Amino acid sequence: MLKTFPKGGIHPEENKITSSKAIKRIPVPKIVYVPIAQHIGIPSEIIVEKKDKVEIGQVIAKSGGFVSSNIHTPVAGTVTKLDMIVDSSGYKKQCIVIRTDQKNESNFEVPDFPLKKEITMDQKDILQHITDSGIVGLGGATFPSHVKLDLKNDNKVDCLIINGVECEPYLTADHRLMLEKAEEIIVGIQILMHALHINKAVIGIENNKKDAIAVLKEATRDDKRIKVAALKVKYPQGSEKQLIKAILKREVPKGGLPMDVGVIVHNVGTIYAIYQAVQYDQPLIERVVTVTGKNLENASNFWVKIGTPIKDLVAEVGGLPEGTRKIVNGGPMMGKAIKNTDVPVTKGTSGILVISEEEASRQESKNCIRCGQCVFVCPMGLEPHLLMNLSEKGLYERLSDEDVMTCIECGSCSYVCPSHRPLLDYIRFGKSIVKKLNTAKN
Amino acid sequence: MSDSVLNSVFLLVSLGVIAAIILYVVSKKFYVYENPLIGDVNDILPAANCGGCGSPGCKAFAEKLVDTDDISELFCPVGGNDVMKQVSEILGKEVAEKDPTVAVVLCQGGCDVRPKTTIYQGPRTCAISAMVYGGETDCQYGCLGDGDCVAVCDFGAMHMDENTGLPVIDTDKCTSCEACVKACPRDIIEMRPRNKRDLKIFVGCLNEDKAGIAKKACDVACIGCSKCEDICPKDAVIMTDTLAYIDPVACTLCRKCVEVCPTHSIIETNFPPKKVKKPKDVKTKAKKDKAEKVTADTAQVKSEKTQANA
Repeated sequence: MLKTFPKGGIHPEENKITSSKAIKRIPVPKIVYVPIAQHIGIPSEIIVEKKDKVEIGQVIAKSGGFVSSNIHTPVAGTVTKLDMIVDSSGYKKQCIVIRTDQKNESNFEVPDFPLKKEITMDQKDILQHITDSGIVGLGGATFPSHVKLDLKNDNKVDCLIINGVECEPYLTADHRLMLEKAEEIIVGIQILMHALHINKAVIGIENNKKDAIAVLKEATRDDKRIKVAALKVKYPQGSEKQLIKAILKREVPKGGLPMDVGVIVHNVGTIYAIYQAVQYDQPLIERVVTVTGKNLENASNFWVKIGTPIKDLVAEVGGLPEGTRKIVNGGPMMGKAIKNTDVPVTKGTSGILVISEEEASRQESKNCIRCGQCVFVCPMGLEPHLLMNLSEKGLYERLSDEDVMTCIECGSCSYVCPSHRPLLDYIRFGKSIVKKLNTAKN
Repeated sequence: MSDSVLNSVFLLVSLGVIAAIILYVVSKKFYVYENPLIGDVNDILPAANCGGCGSPGCKAFAEKLVDTDDISELFCPVGGNDVMKQVSEILGKEVAEKDPTVAVVLCQGGCDVRPKTTIYQGPRTCAISAMVYGGETDCQYGCLGDGDCVAVCDFGAMHMDENTGLPVIDTDKCTSCEACVKACPRDIIEMRPRNKRDLKIFVGCLNEDKAGIAKKACDVACIGCSKCEDICPKDAVIMTDTLAYIDPVACTLCRKCVEVCPTHSIIETNFPPKKVKKPKDVKTKAKKDKAEKVTADTAQVKSEKTQANA
């Protein structure tokens, strides 16, 4: 019997079209647009000016506080302007626009990081490298990694969980990374275990990625401290709280962090970025992005430099097919439709999903028939139909009492609703208001 | 037979008497004193319960007026100065006098001038679509067109124009309760002073983008050319980098800025159609008229004097 989380969950169609496609490189973009708000927390502060020459990997925006992150230039070139560009949030945000220097060879060298197993740094150096390299959670939430690793004395962490679940349909970026960089990921895990003095690590992978499970089991043969856990396929298992429950049967308290139950969770992509940062001093300037969609000709996985406009990626897979209605930044469940293809890839972009007209259109919302499907599938044990009604009627105090803030916005409720009610839209809205009210109170 | 009837009559009467005594005692014992002034003030208030004063309803506002010593900061926007004057008479406290205001929509980017570049399929409320993204057009400052302001208007003073997709305010019905101002996630509704003929001049745009981008997104966007600032004789136009704002207090409604605006983003309301004559002629004509009137008056006075003398 495979492990999984006990409450709720759904089984959307997997559609992992690109799981057999090796990660390719796309041509270096001519111009990159680097937003300064790519992570959760305080936006970074720009430290370059117009017409400045920058070298690849140079810091162009430095961390604006503790919960913030450095941003490095993904290409060598010239800062042409500091402009407002529509990013994946749908609003114009401050961006650093850099024109790639076509003569600079460092732009066109294919980065190569051979396996380097020895860990030479001490704890402090490792954490400093992770902070300086601008590493954030690459699973999509983009929470600055050094904040997670900054352990207070009273938090005793005994287990590191590596998130290789990738429960979102369509996406295969983590899957491919695990297949191609298994040894490096194991070294990355060892680095973190060394830095945090943890003796136990579990890699959680859903059972639809049997090849990745096999490869990682093979790679962990010599290190008995690291285990690979095959998990039953169920969405949203990639959520931190659900994953901890599935693997360790520990429940993160309401409003608490995984640290409170002695666990730290990191995505495999983040672990690989940590490996590069610690062993090769390489900042986070590129990531794996799955470009996929049922009608795409050459859907595949790519190493993409941060700041690459999405239109470059679309061109790489053979252009937009006819009848395209929506382009989603992220997966189909939690991703967000983008406004145009000039939107740049950011640290949180795990996939670009191109959806056709018939898949994209939302059906008309009808009355709630009290079937209870949304309650049944909610992994957090909430009552989505109630939360939606309260949010719609503006009863925000009640909404706060009903624990709306524990909602992980997985969208399972909207997915199953037979009346096609926009449950998540309203819950998300309610959450934003409750959050505002709470900050106003304090 | 008659016994049972008498018994039941006696029982009910005694029950009634006991209940009356209990009720009387309780009502005396737990009597809550309410200041009679609250009732008097409540009768004057417009009973709209719109929340425009900041209190949850008219009764709550009446209580607040009676309980607070200094009520100069409290104001009922629906009742206006008349109601506040009556309140002041009853309570013997001083009230502030405010100029009447009316809501205006600072966006005129209708469907015809502001092309839609994306399709939104989520719930049709401005609050949610504003949370999701910058709107269906390329202007992230303008009206979203889902009518949250119309939904909150308790006075039926607003409706959505079917052709433009923008809210329209019926200035006669607007009570300046500011419910729409609070409901709009884009802050495109502003309260501006109301005058007798409801004449207003304001910049109908909030787009802070650079000129080219703003103009591309919307034909009637303010491009920040500052022509209006240059021509304004009263310095009523406040320019930020890319946007003009007309200060309603300093503005004398001379309409010069309306003529020079290259994108027609300055709105004038309820003005009579402008005469084709040059401004200079108008001025001289006005002077001439005045001069004639003065002479006529003096002539009349003179004739009266002569009559009196005679």
